[in-house]
Amino acid sequence: MTTHSSTEYEKYYVPEKSKMAVCATIGLILSTFGAASVMNDMTFGDGATTSSWGIFWFGLFFFSATLFAWFRTAIRENIAGLNSAQLKKSYVLGMFWFIFSEVMFFFAFFGALFYVRTLVGPWLGGEGDGGRMNHLLWEGFQYAWPMAQTPQEAVGLANQPVANMGTFQSYEKSMAFSDAAAWYLWLPMWNTIVLLSSSVTVHMAHMGILDGDKRKFNIWLGITVALGMLFVGLQILEYYEAYAHFGLTLNSGIYGSTFFMLTGFHGFHVIMGMTMLLIQWLRSVKGGHFTADDHFGFEASSWYWHFVDVVWVFLFLFVYIL
Amino acid sequence: MGAHHHGPAKGLSRWLFTTNHKDIGTMYLWFSFAMFILGGAFAMIIRAELFQPGMQLVEPAFFNQMTTLHGLVMVFGAIMPSFVGLANWMIPMMIGAPDMALPRMNNWSFWILPPAFLILASTLFMEGGAPNFGWTFYAPLSTTYAPPSVTYFIFSIHVLGLSSIMGSINIIATVMNMRAPGMTYMKMPLFVWTWLITAFLLVAVMPVLAGAVTMMLMDIHFGTSFFSAAGGGDPVLFQHIFWFFGHPEVYIIILPAFGVVSQIIPAFSRKPLFGYDSMVYATASIAFLSFVVWAHHMYTVGMPVAGELFFMYATMLIAVPTGVKVFNWVTTMWRGAMTFETPMLFCMGFLVLFTIGGFTGLMLSIAPADFQYHDSYFVVAHFHYVMVAGAVFSMSAAVYYWLPKWCGRMYNETMGKTHFWISFIGFNITFFPQHFVGLAGMPRRIPDYALQFADFNMLSSIGAFIYGASQILFLYNVIATIVAGKPTSDEKTWDGAEGLEWTVATPAPYHTFETPPQVK
Repeated sequence: MTTHSSTEYEKYYVPEKSKMAVCATIGLILSTFGAASVMNDMTFGDGATTSSWGIFWFGLFFFSATLFAWFRTAIRENIAGLNSAQLKKSYVLGMFWFIFSEVMFFFAFFGALFYVRTLVGPWLGGEGDGGRMNHLLWEGFQYAWPMAQTPQEAVGLANQPVANMGTFQSYEKSMAFSDAAAWYLWLPMWNTIVLLSSSVTVHMAHMGILDGDKRKFNIWLGITVALGMLFVGLQILEYYEAYAHFGLTLNSGIYGSTFFMLTGFHGFHVIMGMTMLLIQWLRSVKGGHFTADDHFGFEASSWYWHFVDVVWVFLFLFVYIL
Repeated sequence: MGAHHHGPAKGLSRWLFTTNHKDIGTMYLWFSFAMFILGGAFAMIIRAELFQPGMQLVEPAFFNQMTTLHGLVMVFGAIMPSFVGLANWMIPMMIGAPDMALPRMNNWSFWILPPAFLILASTLFMEGGAPNFGWTFYAPLSTTYAPPSVTYFIFSIHVLGLSSIMGSINIIATVMNMRAPGMTYMKMPLFVWTWLITAFLLVAVMPVLAGAVTMMLMDIHFGTSFFSAAGGGDPVLFQHIFWFFGHPEVYIIILPAFGVVSQIIPAFSRKPLFGYDSMVYATASIAFLSFVVWAHHMYTVGMPVAGELFFMYATMLIAVPTGVKVFNWVTTMWRGAMTFETPMLFCMGFLVLFTIGGFTGLMLSIAPADFQYHDSYFVVAHFHYVMVAGAVFSMSAAVYYWLPKWCGRMYNETMGKTHFWISFIGFNITFFPQHFVGLAGMPRRIPDYALQFADFNMLSSIGAFIYGASQILFLYNVIATIVAGKPTSDEKTWDGAEGLEWTVATPAPYHTFETPPQVK
């Protein structure tokens, strides 16, 4: 399918004109504009009916449909043999650097967590260089992690400094290991087991396709998708418990903020990765795609899946255990 | 499907649906110029208000919106896309590639920019006005006290970031994968090198900016407390995250400018670039250091002394690789057979003025001294010497240098030189006095000021109008060249120019290097 040496440069496939970029733009802009309008209606609106949700859903649908068409085109080009070895390498590089950018996105949230836990918290509680303001602004606040009491609760809503808005109420129970009744009742540990197993099963699927064993590939990949769904289900259960029984919400001060943003974005990425793997599974089972030496769609999705797993390991360590 | 189209399609669909790196580069360049004019118009309003002390033309609230939008539009709309446009045009031609590695995504990266800026500009007409918290959008100004339009601002930043990340991934894949046989990394033109490193910086820090605005969004609408001490967060956390993005960002802006200057100075000195290897290593060192100096923007925020010292010394270190660069450019000119056409004039202007900007940067890096300079007009003067005389001058140089290759017509040298001299003089009249008013204590981002700053501010405003007018001349020069410039078909417009882009026909055909050249 591919020719090597000097001729591979001549075969670099530059696609003809394509409407997909413009369609994707329309979808993306409508969905972001719609999302911004929905949020503004919620926070600043007067309760009047607006078309914000409609714009958002239409944009999202249009965007998803375009991405579907886009990937379908790319897959068909590959099947038609248009992709040289060099173009395939471009896709590999593209996926690698995309994952790198995702790593940096999580880095921002982990950075916020570390900064709050090592510096901000102790300062607010009166320790160290920044601690001198404690008796002026947040008298009586004592720092601990998980944070049993927000600074606002320590001084009372009426006495807090002016540049603050919102009410932040601490929770009865956190998701940390220290607050768990028993290890086998601690949901995050089961989550960890499920997600780490799925990394192994996706690797088994990879071994299968490398051997040309489609049956093995389909089975292990199917198991991986199932484990991903189980993980998402357990996360939903965890969030339900947090809101319904622990009193742990987005408004629970910085512990709630970092907890929900880190696990929430991770969960969102799990859903994305699971969708990618599901599509690869459908391609293999229904479409008969993938051979031992041509399965980049699966490979890229599996890299993404491993990335999501590694993020979870850090989450488990820094959000749940330590 | 294997048929090759040798010319562009007709009509609007050529631009909407294109996958051609030259078309996309052209769109980026025109778009960025439009944004340059828009951001410039905001600057003119600022300078008109500051022409005299007292409130004359605009409300203070509107003045704040102008400073905010001026910064945002210039950084994200004018300078960054202009260099992406240049990268699109030049990188494939410089490394002997048929196009960018991922051409459809390339088109998408461009097309999401104009609507994102449309959303940003439309905030001017929203209830409560446009974002008014400065281009650095510090919390709580951008959270607790922000106008409702902040939500649209946040989403437009998300879209701009997406565009930058995709554009950068494309550039990295192109440079790593599409080089012609024999074009090893250490033979690449320096413009390609600086862009490769810039693209790496973009992929690394744009997601961090996305994280910052996402936290803002959550604080504003969903009750989180990342930037609110009442919930255990910290407004200073915002500054750390923002500047972790923001400091590499200033190198994202200036490194491609370094690349342009490193192409042009050797051409008009008729000598190879002095110290090519050290230029590459210096660029990489600057990029590396840019990740560990961010808090020098926040000396007065109340950091522990150890932090102040670390960030002070790390910042000073940047002067070393930057010094290597300036030394190499000067040494390239040493005993060269120099001529001073317009691109070279802009590069000389760059060299002198950027070095001044670098030195004021060194002054600002000293933490105890910065306590005096912080948030004064001295800072404004400093970063305009780097942003305008650095990035924008080199961009002007690049346009004059490659315009004959792009359109097959020669610009008018007299008009080009006139543009340079008016720019150079106007720029210095605008920004040099700002050093003095800043050191004397005039704060930045204020619509009114104490009487003792009146003379220098009037001078500064006059300079700004001159500089602004010179950009209209620039626009005229470019259009006059494209429409009625003297046709040229010399493959090599400049006798001292080196590089693969000068081996293809002039004007550059729609598709170049469909079969890769052999690089010796």
